Amino acid sequence: MIDPFARFRIATRARIGLGRSGDALPTAALLDFQLAHARARDAVHGAVDFAALAGELDPVETVAVNSAAADRAEYLRRPDLGRRLCDADRTMLQALPRGERPWDIVFVIADGLSATAVAHNGIATFAACAERLPKDWTVAPVVLAAQSRVALGDDIAHALGAKMVAILIGERPGLSVADSLGIYLTLDPRPGRLESERNCISNIHANGLSHAEAGGKLAWLAREARRIGLTGIGLKDEAPPLIEAEAKTLLG
Amino acid sequence: MPTYACSLGSTRHVFADLKAVMACASPRRSGDELAGIAADSDERRVAARLVLADLPLSAFLDEPLISYESDEVTRLIVDGHDVAAFAPVRSMTVGQFREWLLSYAADEAALARLAPGLTPEMVAAVSKLMRNQDLMAVAKKCRVVTGFRTTLGLPGRLGARLQPNHPTDDPSGIAAAVIDGLLFGMGDAVIGINPASDSPAACIALIEMLDAVRRKFEIPTQSCVLTHVTNTLTCIERGAPVDLVFQSIAGTEGANAGFGVNLGILKEAQDAALSLKRGTVGDNVMYFETGQGSALSADAHHGVDQQTCEVRAYAVARAFRPMLVNTVVGFIGPEYLYDAKQITRAGLEDHCCGKLLGVPMGVDVCYTNHAEADQDDMDTLATLLATAGVNFLIGVPGADDIMLSYQSLSFHDILGLRHRLGLKPCPEFEAWLMRMGMLDDAGVLAPLATDGNAMRRLLAHGG
Repeated sequence: MIDPFARFRIATRARIGLGRSGDALPTAALLDFQLAHARARDAVHGAVDFAALAGELDPVETVAVNSAAADRAEYLRRPDLGRRLCDADRTMLQALPRGERPWDIVFVIADGLSATAVAHNGIATFAACAERLPKDWTVAPVVLAAQSRVALGDDIAHALGAKMVAILIGERPGLSVADSLGIYLTLDPRPGRLESERNCISNIHANGLSHAEAGGKLAWLAREARRIGLTGIGLKDEAPPLIEAEAKTLLG
Repeated sequence: MPTYACSLGSTRHVFADLKAVMACASPRRSGDELAGIAADSDERRVAARLVLADLPLSAFLDEPLISYESDEVTRLIVDGHDVAAFAPVRSMTVGQFREWLLSYAADEAALARLAPGLTPEMVAAVSKLMRNQDLMAVAKKCRVVTGFRTTLGLPGRLGARLQPNHPTDDPSGIAAAVIDGLLFGMGDAVIGINPASDSPAACIALIEMLDAVRRKFEIPTQSCVLTHVTNTLTCIERGAPVDLVFQSIAGTEGANAGFGVNLGILKEAQDAALSLKRGTVGDNVMYFETGQGSALSADAHHGVDQQTCEVRAYAVARAFRPMLVNTVVGFIGPEYLYDAKQITRAGLEDHCCGKLLGVPMGVDVCYTNHAEADQDDMDTLATLLATAGVNFLIGVPGADDIMLSYQSLSFHDILGLRHRLGLKPCPEFEAWLMRMGMLDDAGVLAPLATDGNAMRRLLAHGG
């Protein structure tokens, strides 16, 4: 059977030309949609195995925390609770031993709205970021955060006394991509920071921004943030594209 | 200030003010809980409804929920209130008003005369005493007809916005979705793109592309690129063929400021679009989208519940004689509407309350992937709305919006509703579908042969 929409399909991922069973979807298209939605829901409701993540990150030091949202149902209803630490974990972070000077940066790996994003892209993205930072920067233990919104990073970094926070967090899944990770960078983090005071690198997944590209952007933004003293709308992302040599290495 | 209280057994339920009565009387929803204004028990919710039922409608004229001095939407509502139109119901309580709305006396003509006499707060109040069935019954009796190149809102009709979004505004990708939708008879309400880019140049390119398709196939419909109203003004200044002007709006001055608009800018945009005189059967040139939770999201709700804030947005809309208004009911997420039960209720409320105020309501029947809802729930809500006489619904290819990452209705869904309920597209568009050989005399749009005339002509375009 001829597909009259064949020549359009390279131009769009939209579900065009699905055919009709009467007025309804043919079975294959019906189930294809259900599979995509099921994967998106599994990503939202799944739990990140943070213990396994800590094991894979070893010997990098890690510390696990939970937001004030007790479970997934509360997390989805109460974004305000997902933006602050539970009291016990804030006290625990405040009591952690500190270096001679404040941490230059703390990385937070957070579930957000996609556990799948963290499982597929969390460690590789962190590694790509960390290895591109200036060697003389002090990096706090990696914080693994459950039931977390973006602003939880502010509370975490404030409790640790870190000068900058980069939170790697699962983005809200769509039907086409359920494992997309985002990074939000905030200088001088403390509770109450506005969204306009952050820089965002989004769409990190197998068919989006690569781990290396994300790491390059993050390292560039972090250095610039420190140089000009701010993050957010005053810091424009003018990171050069992956330099050719690095790209070739990756391809090789 | 009056006392708002009622005693139930040994418990006396006291409410601090009128907006507390309204918030507590609302059906349970996560946004009001997030705001900390919802009733903390089911009994208290009903207690608030008992108080509300005995309040005179005029209480809402005496005690504005958001002050006149601090909010231009309140000023619009108060200054625009038509006392003569209000007269037939002025002595009623909210409970009596519900019974009157459901009575046979409240027919299409009576409701149309009454609309300018109603404030959004009165309408929100009575809706809180209504079951879903009441919301459908009352909405069904309201008729709001608008026109541009098609006439929307006529009895026995169900319009559809064709939404062909693409994550990078790729012209071929958008054209493919437009053609797909036209082959299902979609697009009589509007062919409307949410653009990925906010640049005026990119928007003009999309506006011109849609206008070219419309002229090439002589389709009686209107197009819209849903960018910020100030961008559309720039497009008009640069000579772009703008049909409808779009803007997201909310029910408080502060929330509208969060959208970067005020009543003055909306008026300026309406005047600019009217000056183009592009409509053929009417001059309704505005298109507004709304949704419960936007005022709380902008931290500009003044302690007023999200449903009442939403109805105030319809008061903003009606001041500009819009062609189309729709609530994007499930788009905002579970922190405002948690699950399908809440989304369904909100969709029916929004439709009924908008219609009572005289607004041409459509609904984007939709949800996000972190809400407790799926396509089965959309089937239910779409069917309820079509039964209640909704002016239009929104369709995207396969129900999957790849630009905004949420799910709406598919073209299949809306076509199926039309066929099952015997509803037709707008008359001008129906005639076009017949000319194209897509619609038979019984109003059925059957699956088209791939070598048929309409299919060949449309598919030959957009390559």
